[in-house]
Amino acid sequence: MERKTKIRAEENCQELIITREFDLPVELLFKAYEDPEIVAQWMGTKVIQLENRKHGSWRFETSHNGQVMFSANGVILDFVPEQKITRTFEMENSPFPVQLEFLEFEKLTADTSKLTMQIIFKSVAFRNQLLQMPFANGLNMAHDRLQAILSGLQ
Amino acid sequence: MNLRRDVFQAIADPTRRAILTLVATQAMTAGAIAANFDTARPTVSKHLQILTECELLQPSQTGREIHYHLNARKMKEIADFIEPFRNMWDDRFNKLESIMKKYKTK
Repeated sequence: MERKTKIRAEENCQELIITREFDLPVELLFKAYEDPEIVAQWMGTKVIQLENRKHGSWRFETSHNGQVMFSANGVILDFVPEQKITRTFEMENSPFPVQLEFLEFEKLTADTSKLTMQIIFKSVAFRNQLLQMPFANGLNMAHDRLQAILSGLQ
Repeated sequence: MNLRRDVFQAIADPTRRAILTLVATQAMTAGAIAANFDTARPTVSKHLQILTECELLQPSQTGREIHYHLNARKMKEIADFIEPFRNMWDDRFNKLESIMKKYKTK
């Protein structure tokens, strides 16, 4: 599949911009962010709370083999259906400070839409550290797989 | 993984980035590098040590002198570092798209 997600991380800048165009009308794109059940499906996480309103809060929890591996929470600062969501994002039990996220939903045509996600970090160093995290996770997953293969051989 | 984190700490410092820029075109001795900065020589040595430890610089001995080269392979790794993060979001968004396409036809 063609890689359509673009990421802009300017050097010495404490923000990150993620953009993506979807073959979906903006209403459906927004629905995927609004409906807790759908969020759970594509984010691969359990949605504990999602209050879609100004001053509402949210919380996600991801488990693996019955153990909580990842949890995050935040406050929704602004919520305008089919237009924007402004929220904070904080990983629990991690040294990462809270991030500020601006999500903008744009209608391109009747069947296509665009999402722009601007994430602002406390510092450039924290941004760069976060960028490395999926890589670290990837390594862990590869390690887990190796472990599984090895234990299968025993 | 620790090594990777160190690499980013290494390039977070402006003096160290300036050093990398200096040696990008030619290998240089510690003295020649230090001559480009107002900072004390031991400070520059410390920077060189950090850059060498995380393999951004490669020292090579020629006679009594040590020249520092830029490790291009390591620098490329840094350029690529955003790729796994992008892939993660791309996978999520692809999933979102396919879920919502089915949702539409429901």
